[in-house]
Amino acid sequence: MKKMRVLGVPYIVWMIIFICLPLIFLAIYSFTNRTGGFTFNNFKEFFSPIYIKILLNSLYLAAISTLICFLLGYPAAYLISRIHNERKRNVILLLFIMPMWMNFLLRTYSWMTLLGNNGLINLLLQKLSLPPLNMLYNTSAVLLGMVYNFLPFMVYPIYSVLTKLNQSYRNAAQDLGANNRTAFLKITFPLSLPGVITGITMVFMPAVSTFVIPSLLGGGQNMLIGSLIEQQILQAGNMNFGSAASLIMMVIIFIMMRIMETFDKTKKDKVEINI
Amino acid sequence: MKKFLRNAYLYVLLLFLYAPIIVLMVYSFNASKSRGVWEGFTFDWYAKLFANTQILSALYNTLAVALIATIISTIVGTLSAIGIHFYSKRRQSILLNVNYVPVVNPDIVTGVSMMLLFATFHIRQGFITMLIAHITFCIPYVLLSVLPKLRQMDKHTFEAAMDLGARPAYMIRHVILPEIKPGIVTGMLFAFTLSIDDFVISFFTTGGGVNNLSILVYSMARRGISPEMNALSTIMILTVSALLIIINLRGTKKTKVQGGN
Amino acid sequence: MKKKIVAISLVILFTAALLAGCGTASAETLYVYNWGVFMDTSVLAEFESEYNCKVVYENYASNEEMYYKIKGGNAVYDVIFPSDYMIEKMVEEDLLLPLNYDNIPNYANIDERTLNKDFDPANVYSVPYFWGTLGIIYNTNYVEEEITSWNALFDEKYQGQILMYDSQRDSMAVALSLLGYSINSTNESELEEAYNLLVEQKPLVMAYVNDQVIDMMIGSEAHLAVVYSGDGVYCMSMNESLKYVVPQEGSNYWFDNMAIPASCENQELAEAFINFMCRDDIAIRNTMEVGYSSSNKAAMAAALEEEEFNNEAYNPTDEILARCSVFRNLGDEYVQKYADYWTRVKAH
Repeated sequence: MKKMRVLGVPYIVWMIIFICLPLIFLAIYSFTNRTGGFTFNNFKEFFSPIYIKILLNSLYLAAISTLICFLLGYPAAYLISRIHNERKRNVILLLFIMPMWMNFLLRTYSWMTLLGNNGLINLLLQKLSLPPLNMLYNTSAVLLGMVYNFLPFMVYPIYSVLTKLNQSYRNAAQDLGANNRTAFLKITFPLSLPGVITGITMVFMPAVSTFVIPSLLGGGQNMLIGSLIEQQILQAGNMNFGSAASLIMMVIIFIMMRIMETFDKTKKDKVEINI
Repeated sequence: MKKFLRNAYLYVLLLFLYAPIIVLMVYSFNASKSRGVWEGFTFDWYAKLFANTQILSALYNTLAVALIATIISTIVGTLSAIGIHFYSKRRQSILLNVNYVPVVNPDIVTGVSMMLLFATFHIRQGFITMLIAHITFCIPYVLLSVLPKLRQMDKHTFEAAMDLGARPAYMIRHVILPEIKPGIVTGMLFAFTLSIDDFVISFFTTGGGVNNLSILVYSMARRGISPEMNALSTIMILTVSALLIIINLRGTKKTKVQGGN
Repeated sequence: MKKKIVAISLVILFTAALLAGCGTASAETLYVYNWGVFMDTSVLAEFESEYNCKVVYENYASNEEMYYKIKGGNAVYDVIFPSDYMIEKMVEEDLLLPLNYDNIPNYANIDERTLNKDFDPANVYSVPYFWGTLGIIYNTNYVEEEITSWNALFDEKYQGQILMYDSQRDSMAVALSLLGYSINSTNESELEEAYNLLVEQKPLVMAYVNDQVIDMMIGSEAHLAVVYSGDGVYCMSMNESLKYVVPQEGSNYWFDNMAIPASCENQELAEAFINFMCRDDIAIRNTMEVGYSSSNKAAMAAALEEEEFNNEAYNPTDEILARCSVFRNLGDEYVQKYADYWTRVKAH
């Protein structure tokens, strides 16, 4: 088995050059001021109420959108995995990701055409003589944008784990008298957790730092950490503070991931005992 | 009934995903340049699109980068996932944390820091640097997609195969790859999706006139995006759908013939 | 099937790699770095044939992004189109080359109104290309009064119908102008006042937007918005109920000029290009395509023949220009302060 480890080497080299080196730049920036002198100020500055509020708000919105993605995505992944016709299954799978191949800005502008005060949805409501809705430029619009853009990243990993989930466990459970629901809760769901964890990771992480969605669909009224970092680096020309902010964000997210992974582990042990 | 409910749920979700795409396609036929008004039906944007060499060369760059980045990152990501799977828990978690970095970092941070990296080593920015950047942010997604499939595999399978004298190359090909295929496909699709739609990182790592579609669209934004881009998107989605249908039709024929035999 | 797909993609990718490698080989290449949709790109081919060279054309979406790439990146650009304050900043950081006007005789075609501004007092580094003002565009179907003051954007009557720019300089400029201060203020208490005004205004604002403002005003989604004059011209041509005004308190008078970055490898050719862009026929085509006010006298005259351009948004009167001022580079300290104020407004 040890021989397999060599396969990891090329990517480790790649990571050192293209991830770790830039990360060192980032660290250098975050511990220096504009003139290059060493300082802790960037970090100190971050822990002021306004930035903490921005960070918490971002984590909160990312968590909510991850939760919605999970609630919408898990059933979808499950249903897709139960389609017997392989070809039909593959078509549906591909249909789920194809919209993401269109340009993000064009898609988001289309949402604005749909959600606007004189937008298509309100036009439809008007035709049905229903009162117009105020859908654009609020937190719900930001959540909608996030769910829309990240949903496939939840569906696929879960599907890929569910698709070849060992059917014998379920059958055994059913033979032992467990009904469908129990079989799902005790067997299928716990065994699909690695996919769920991956899905959560791939939705939550980029959702925290997104900045185009809140700026376009939220009308720029929700300042999120991604927008803050973008603004500090580009508009304020402050690479130092921007770097520090993204390092802090990274550490916090890593801690959260670690907590989630331990949760995953305890679940897995339980499953093994149950079986 | 159950099947109907299942399909209904999936179709509603698909409607949600395709609603803006339909709007986008419809507006590619709008005679007005602005999304704000509908001034009648036209094919003008399609004609203009085919005459616009800037858009066509950007399309070319976008597809080339996306294809190469997808192929390389799928191969590297899958192999490294297999390798990393056999590392100790401790090492695995360190490597995974590094792997998370491009996923967590705002694009602007990744983009600027990679640009600085290339500048430090005096590498002229262009197609290759953009490609490297794309590979760098695609591999993590491939790795993350493949790992759960490996974790799902029975440990005893590996041991049994080894006991039977399977060499690593054989084992990867005949034991591991078939099992983790759904994960690889997922990773591949993610890599392609992320690459084809990236703006910020591409912007900071490109040079020498190598525009991609996203750079073009975002830089147009200041004056309003031309409906030519909608026309292009419409063509793209129709092409992919057509391919999908063709492959399916051919597939059905084949199975029918086989069935007949 | 799979093999075929792999084979096809391999062929595509190798030809792509080959083609991507090409461009750089030709002898005389000019790298033009411009905003998107900021010129009639068909003039590029004419320049190529007249000067027997190859033009490589690349786009950026904001001054700041362009600046980062010029400053930190390792890509070569020969001609860029920075705005006023950015020119001043880049000059201060030695990122621009002084121009040799012997190679730019068409400089004589440039409108005097656009020359010798504070950010580049003797036009040593830059030649004006497009220019304009910052103002309010409003929909006369919903706004019955004649708007003359920035005050309208702070009027509770229009709650939820106001669009502001998501930009620290522009939004602060609106507030500072209304308060009667300079749009380049570096006075702490003035900035604090402007900040407070923007915070007070926040509940009235529908959204802080960027370019979407154009489509939204055309589609009558909002009643009033802050826009640049060039976009105002376009909006009015698309929706007859829209009206553009430069408020009486004064406003911003902006420029996007042509300049040569220090990384330029062929200054003579770059100057030939700037000269080419100042030629009357080329300038006319550019302004007709983009719709922004041209700094070329003949192009301005030609545009005014068209109904779409014959208005105060495209060609502001001297009286309007007299109350406008250009953005200056405020220096790191104050750029940071403006950014911080803006963060606090948006996170409020």
